[in-house]
Amino acid sequence: MKAFGYQLPAMSSLIIWGLLWELVGQLELTFFLPALSEIFITLSEIIGTKPFIKALTETGQAFFLGTFYAVTIGIPLGILMGKNRFIDELLLPWVNVFLSAPLTALVPVLMVLFGFGLKAIVITTSLFAIWIIILNARAGVKQINPALVEMAHSFGASPMDAFFKIYFWAALPEILSGVRIGFIRAVKGVIIGQLLISIVGFGALFELYSSQFLMSHFWAVLLVLFTLAFSISEFLAMLERKVEYYASKR
Amino acid sequence: MNAISTSSKAVEVRNVFKNYGEVEALQDLSLDFPRGELTSLLGPSGCGKTTLLKIIAGLLPADSGEVMVNGETVTGPGPDRAFVFQDFALLPWASVIRNVAFGLELRGVGKSEREAIAEKYIADVGLDGFELKFPHQLSGGMRQRVGLARALSVDAQVLLMDEPFSAVDEQTRRKFQEDLLNLVKHENKTFLFVTHSIEEAVYVSDQIALLLPRPSRVSEIIRPSGFRDKGIDSIRRDSEYLDIVDRIWDSLRTYVE
Amino acid sequence: MRNRTLSLKILSSVLIFGAWEVAGRVPVSFAFPTFLESMAALWTLTIEGTIFTAYVETLKPLVVGVMISAFFGIGLGVWIGLSRKFDWFVSPIFIVMQSAPLAALIPLLIMVYGIGLTSKVFVVCIMAMPVIVLNTSGAVRNTSVSIIEMGKSFLGTRREIIMKIIMPSASPIIFVGLRLGISAGFIGAILSELKITPTGVGDIISYSRSIADYPSMYAAIFSIILLAVLFLNILERVEVMIFKGINKGLVSD
Ligand SMILES: Nc1ncnc2c1ncn2[C@@H]1O[C@H](COP(=O)(O)OP(=O)(O)O)[C@@H](O)[C@H]1O
Ligand SMILES: [Mg+2]
Repeated sequence: MKAFGYQLPAMSSLIIWGLLWELVGQLELTFFLPALSEIFITLSEIIGTKPFIKALTETGQAFFLGTFYAVTIGIPLGILMGKNRFIDELLLPWVNVFLSAPLTALVPVLMVLFGFGLKAIVITTSLFAIWIIILNARAGVKQINPALVEMAHSFGASPMDAFFKIYFWAALPEILSGVRIGFIRAVKGVIIGQLLISIVGFGALFELYSSQFLMSHFWAVLLVLFTLAFSISEFLAMLERKVEYYASKR
Repeated sequence: MNAISTSSKAVEVRNVFKNYGEVEALQDLSLDFPRGELTSLLGPSGCGKTTLLKIIAGLLPADSGEVMVNGETVTGPGPDRAFVFQDFALLPWASVIRNVAFGLELRGVGKSEREAIAEKYIADVGLDGFELKFPHQLSGGMRQRVGLARALSVDAQVLLMDEPFSAVDEQTRRKFQEDLLNLVKHENKTFLFVTHSIEEAVYVSDQIALLLPRPSRVSEIIRPSGFRDKGIDSIRRDSEYLDIVDRIWDSLRTYVE
Repeated sequence: MRNRTLSLKILSSVLIFGAWEVAGRVPVSFAFPTFLESMAALWTLTIEGTIFTAYVETLKPLVVGVMISAFFGIGLGVWIGLSRKFDWFVSPIFIVMQSAPLAALIPLLIMVYGIGLTSKVFVVCIMAMPVIVLNTSGAVRNTSVSIIEMGKSFLGTRREIIMKIIMPSASPIIFVGLRLGISAGFIGAILSELKITPTGVGDIISYSRSIADYPSMYAAIFSIILLAVLFLNILERVEVMIFKGINKGLVSD
């Protein structure tokens, strides 16, 4: 989009939305939308407080562990499926089922099995992220040029070598794109887990704020969450573009 | 008919300039297209052939200068012109008959009437029996026949063809060229034909406009005359044909890396 | 070939459900019933008809929410795809929404709209809308330039070009967006039953958990997941059937 001959940067319209928000808030049209400036003031007040730091670290921890498991299990499993037809045919239907399944419904089970704590949330997060990571790693391996693999074998690469030195790198663009989507899903999973379990992390914070109708507190937390989620997604997208650039030359 | 529309020029291009940002695509280009004839725009890729054709079609505005079709200044697409696209531009979800009739559909012709007209042109281009097929079921050559039938069915006086045969195989292409010669002979239409193939241009054209880049201009106009009536089969062995091909290659070779 | 795929599918089902059965018999946890117990519970829920009344309840916000999202989502998406200015102004909202954990808005929605159907419909809408809008706008924006020029050169009006060229060309991707929207809507519908007020399938899950009737709880979860997966799969099949071969650039998550 251009204005007065200048190319307006992408996403710059968010500034206008911010101003509109401020205006609506200043006019006090609805109780649930405080002015943006007020939210920022609240944010600066709560950002250093103990409950906030606690919620953030708890969430960060669950997210980190959840995505860690999803990546370390998902990528090798996907590569294995891409390489081995038998395993692929055995597992693919299930991966597809869980990819489109409303996993939210599993959270109550995880709660009774693993307790109302970090463990259940970590597993929820992993479950949200892992399937797309598996599928993309699999797709990445499937598109590898067979000549590359033959070359490796002809140079006497061991199966382990082939696995880590060929398949992983050759499938990297697809793997990364799976990881990006997986991470976006994980962010959603970690929050859904916390909302349902609601005595941990931001889930607990939300309970506290909504029971006391602390609107600007609520929005301050939302703003932080959305900004973090967007940054993670953009960062991974950037990484992906870098790798795609090299991949287009492979 | 008034005096202007019976004049011998179907299309006149006067001092047309066109830039894409920094890129000078056309610079002070003037060219006449005689009525009832086939004029080729020949030149290396990037010299502005498509740009010129789109300006004549009214799909692209010129920066300055004027284009007249039948003496009237072009301000946009009009019923007097029909376009045949390099990539066919067929609707993938529509059958052959709907694709062929689509130009008429956009002109508000009723369904039964436009399908009757489409049937005729489908038969004319040799696609009898393929009416209900879809583009993905056809070969490249057949798709271009659909594009051609669509352009013919709106009965425009000027046909604008942008490298129509570049996406079809060599055999089909030769057949197309022969069909095109018959078309020029029997339909009383003016053809503007873009190509980058020297042989093709010399084979099918009444007039060849040689376009050269940097800056883009018409460097030469060639009118092959001797071999046109000798019959389709012997053209490629005719000495004038071979001379012209050589002459054009001499002009072009410095522009080819 | 077909036989091999089918027998492998059966084999993998037997393996997974067998593992479930064994794990339930050990048992790995007091709250882990066997596969057969769960299926028996599902059978009871089915012949009593409880599960069907629950579905109706659960699907109500889903259907209403998806219909609202489809209507406004496709409308907005088409507008975004057609207008550069509107694209610049509105797209960022949906791009942010797409990556954001929108479930966090639920407590807020409860505060504003209470715990009734409205809130649940809203949850479904915010989950389903972004993917519908982004796919629609992308599809409209990416319509092949050449067929649009074709329409212009044959004197199509703007309205004709939108209705006869852009919309049909965008419809496969719009349909994919709708399917992904429904998939997200399922998550929203179940989430709202578990978080806002227990109704429908969410009620069976919560209630049987509270009385420690784990087979029924597992049965309800199993059946709602099965329902969603089957429905989405059928939609995908239908898609493939209608739009053979035409598929390009889509936004998934
Ligand atoms: N939409 C466009 N934007 C910028 N430059 C363009 C555009 N279309 C064409 N050009 C440039 O204008 C020149 C002429 O293009 P074109 O008319 O397509 O040439 P031709 O059809 O002879 O190959 C080329 O250098 C091309 O790169
Ligand atoms: Mg061209």
